[in-house]
Amino acid sequence: MNSASADANHDQGKRSSSRRPSGRLAWRSTLARHGTLIALAALLLVNVLFTPNFLHLQTLFVNISQVATIAIVAIGMTLVIATGGIDLSVGAVMALAGALAPLIFGSELGVAYPLLGLVAAFVLPLAVALACGAFNGVMISVLRVQPIIATLILFISGRGIAQVLTNGNLQTFSNPGFSYLGTGRVLGLPFQGWLALLIAVLAFWVVNRTIHGRHLLAVGGNERAAALSGVPVRRVKIGVYMVCAFLAGIAGLVVVAINSASDAARNGNLMELDAIAAAVVGGALLQGGRAPVFGALLGAVIIQLVKYTLLANGIEDEVALVAKALIIVAAVALQQGRRE
Amino acid sequence: MGASGAPLLSMRGIGKSFAGSMALDGASLSIGAGQVHGLIGQNGAGKSTLIKILTGVYVRDAGDVEFEGRALRIGSPREAQAAGISTIYQELTLVPLRSVTENVTLGYEPRTRFNTIDWRAAHARTRTILTGFGLDIDVRAPLGEHSTAIQQLVAIARAVSLQARLVIMDEPTSSLDEREVQVLFSVVKRLKAAGTSVLYVSHFLDELFAICDRVTVMRDGSTVADHPIARVSKLSLIADMLGRDIDEIESDGMTELGGGTNDAGELVFEATDLATGPRLSRLDLAVHAGEIVGLGGLLGSGRTEAARAVFGADALTGGSLRFTGQRTPPATPAQAIAAGIGFLTEDRKAEGIVPHMSVRENLTLALLPALTRGGLIRRTEERELVERFITALGIKTSGMDQPIRELSGGNQQKVLLARWLAIHPKLLILDEPTRGVDVGAKFEIQAIIREHVERGVGVLLISSEFEELVEGADHIVVMQDGVSVGRLSNPGITEERLVREIASVA
Repeated sequence: MNSASADANHDQGKRSSSRRPSGRLAWRSTLARHGTLIALAALLLVNVLFTPNFLHLQTLFVNISQVATIAIVAIGMTLVIATGGIDLSVGAVMALAGALAPLIFGSELGVAYPLLGLVAAFVLPLAVALACGAFNGVMISVLRVQPIIATLILFISGRGIAQVLTNGNLQTFSNPGFSYLGTGRVLGLPFQGWLALLIAVLAFWVVNRTIHGRHLLAVGGNERAAALSGVPVRRVKIGVYMVCAFLAGIAGLVVVAINSASDAARNGNLMELDAIAAAVVGGALLQGGRAPVFGALLGAVIIQLVKYTLLANGIEDEVALVAKALIIVAAVALQQGRRE
Repeated sequence: MGASGAPLLSMRGIGKSFAGSMALDGASLSIGAGQVHGLIGQNGAGKSTLIKILTGVYVRDAGDVEFEGRALRIGSPREAQAAGISTIYQELTLVPLRSVTENVTLGYEPRTRFNTIDWRAAHARTRTILTGFGLDIDVRAPLGEHSTAIQQLVAIARAVSLQARLVIMDEPTSSLDEREVQVLFSVVKRLKAAGTSVLYVSHFLDELFAICDRVTVMRDGSTVADHPIARVSKLSLIADMLGRDIDEIESDGMTELGGGTNDAGELVFEATDLATGPRLSRLDLAVHAGEIVGLGGLLGSGRTEAARAVFGADALTGGSLRFTGQRTPPATPAQAIAAGIGFLTEDRKAEGIVPHMSVRENLTLALLPALTRGGLIRRTEERELVERFITALGIKTSGMDQPIRELSGGNQQKVLLARWLAIHPKLLILDEPTRGVDVGAKFEIQAIIREHVERGVGVLLISSEFEELVEGADHIVVMQDGVSVGRLSNPGITEERLVREIASVA
């Protein structure tokens, strides 16, 4: 064979091999790219086959109302993770906001002016949540405390404050206006489901269409480069922790509204882990630079479905925790594959 | 055994492809025992891939590797080390918080009878090796307290302590100053004298002529030339790397900047007695529209600090800075950008690219405030603008939405240059604009800079390559220890004069 034809052959081999990777590789990359969706489909299938009454409307409602709070917090967490940070205080902020609301509309003034009391019961707890977020943000961006340590402060003290405010008691109440947040229906589906969807759409829009989103991703992707390109790094960081805490505050109110009772000890307990898990399952990278908002929504659905599947089939909570851990491991493994 | 005997390492017909695209195709490399062997090529020529195959990071698809006369079969960097092949990476892979001794002996510590670490022996062994390098430092002190150069030598000491037969150095001088480079060279010579071979990968051709015995040139995944260094010229090496004709390159000159031919316009900025701290204590500098002012000096002489001060990235502690048309000097990068100042940073990876973001998002990062209305990014406009720059600068990318990390170094640098050209700068601060990019991209980048200087942009140029400064700048301000000590003007600057000025005692 002369060298010219050898070259030609060689070129051909090059072209065809670049056109499509080998079968196994393609299968792996498909799994990596659509792993979350495949997992969701598998979960649904298992439930349809094994879980009694899974296809009832009531099941859907229960799951939507549960998943909404995880999703709302997970979206905030995804934004924080996109900057390379983490927020451990979301559960505590939920408890704090949730404890405040009944105190406000249940107060003398709140009873005397019900409408004012109701509005204040939304506005004030969320303002407190924003303040918590600002505290986290300032600690991290101005005082340069590591995010995991900075948010640990409120993780510990926030729930404590909430319990002090309520004397550690369960506060039950009857306030149909406030409870709409947790029990209302719009077009036949739970209100908080719509709320979570709306927040996701809004967050997606901000991340992908506005300068704020671009700045967020730039700070997470390379903070020094972003700063030297004129990105206001501090403002971005403080802002993102405020948004995360605000969303946690909303979730805290939703939980209280669902139960018509506020329990500062349990509201949002372990939510930080669910939210981080949902964000990671949804494709967030812990080193920052990526904010898959709808991924977080999907991640929340998966986390919730796993919980529900195990519960509905009579498996203990402790085992459910292990299952959750396995999901996170699988998600991280898939991410590693993706990076290759 | 000298160069005449059987080679220490022989790689033949090496092929490797990633996801269907060929990275190496018929690459070869042969290194004699006790030889210092240079390996050069443009970015993307396949040097790194070849080295990673040699050190067990990648597995080759085709070809043979023989080391010390036997077929080499390794599957991991650790196995390569055990076989006698050590690598000193561009990014140092040491533990800065642990002592020098621990870094040298990590994983191979001498043991006492009770199987605990014999620190006395470990310190002594480390000290012996380092003394051999002409280095007298406290081996018990944390490594991080020493300079980058010393850390690099410690990395080499580690390789020596592991009885390496071949030490691979990947761009070892990229963060060293002139004196430190000389220390490194003397260590390389000692290694050679002790019979250890060195594979020396560098973009700086002058270094190859200083210490290498042979040089191998790679292009497009193949080995295209292999010469004894004594028989080649710098120009012919460049010609090999580019695959171009020597005469063609010669007529074009070595740089495209055209110093001394530019017509200076009105004053852009003027700095008097500028200071930001111990590393920048007294700088006098002025740049006019349409001229290139170079900052000459050694690493650590305050060149980068000067750039940061002018850009508002460091707070001023003294002196004055006046920009034409601005009442106050910029206090933050954002203000500097708004005032029409661009700053192409020296460290592309750490301070330039945002790796996860696309070419488009990286390119418009600094311009973004001007591209938004009410917080909303005007996307059609953004795409048009990016498209224009990709065409104008010849950026090689599969599309503007490709992540920038997938581009070659030269193309990343073009995107970053475009990031600053997009703001329509009055002043461009370029810190090592062509470092770490291949020769072809270097010419292109210089030509782009030239074009914008002709349109009236003032350029402040920092470069460790004297050639680039001497041929490229209209004026050179020379710095020593944070102080500007002299000013040279083109035409008339020679490398000799610049070196004399830099080395002069103030």
